[in-house]
Amino acid sequence: MGGFSWLNIGWALLLGAMLVMVWPRARTMMKEGRKGSAAEWKAALIPLLLVIGFVVLLILSV
Amino acid sequence: MNFNETAVVRSPEAVFATNKLIRNTYTLLSMTLIFSAVMALVSMTIQVGPMAHLLSSVGAIALLWLVLPRTANSASGIGVVFAITGLLGFGLGPMLNHYMALSNGPQLIATAAGGTGVIFLALSGYALTTRKDFSFMGGFLMTGMIVVIVAMIANMFLAIPALSLAMSAAIVMIMSGFILYDTSRMVNDPHANYLMMTVSLFLSILNLFVSLLHLLGALSNND
Repeated sequence: MGGFSWLNIGWALLLGAMLVMVWPRARTMMKEGRKGSAAEWKAALIPLLLVIGFVVLLILSV
Repeated sequence: MNFNETAVVRSPEAVFATNKLIRNTYTLLSMTLIFSAVMALVSMTIQVGPMAHLLSSVGAIALLWLVLPRTANSASGIGVVFAITGLLGFGLGPMLNHYMALSNGPQLIATAAGGTGVIFLALSGYALTTRKDFSFMGGFLMTGMIVVIVAMIANMFLAIPALSLAMSAAIVMIMSGFILYDTSRMVNDPHANYLMMTVSLFLSILNLFVSLLHLLGALSNND
């Protein structure tokens, strides 16, 4: 699927446009966004680790 | 009890507004998911080519960036939301047909869809019941998304399978984070708009499904 096909060039252009559109919002969120405490990060990371475990289970089941 | 974290006094009006936002968002999200699935079935049936996927994605992103922000506070915004989700569902057709052609394709698609549903319901339930504010994750998630987009552009031409799998795994994590982030916004942001929330959650679910399907397809035991 890789290489310089028109389809790949089209997708690359679309993703590039997305990058241009997302960048200003991302920059603002990175600079001015609220910083989380260690407890808050823990509260977010635990469910995300459970998601990883669940995805591994799904992969093993198929 | 940590008063800074959980004990926030809210007026009955604020609670009513939040509950209305959540109800409207989930109602519209359910309808758009069904509509998107119907559009995916249509595109599978008529067997559109890969270019249709690209063109419908271009159309959906144009509506998302240029039209939805201007119509999000009017009734016409609902039509725009259905147009975006319908186009994105239609674009899934070629990919779903590719997986359906595999010997275990239907099982892979069903597992990816079921897994996406379980992850979405579990993370949304967690964010809604704990009512924690996950707004601090915004910068981290956007950084992750930008890194993934840059890697995707590079891999369009490099075509490294391991990098493709790593990106799918990263997208599963980032979209899971966005589900927590968006759901907590519904609870904690009084200015959140239900049309924007619906599209945001829809995009998280769609990307989660596509990445999960990619991981399952690549790492399953059957060929």
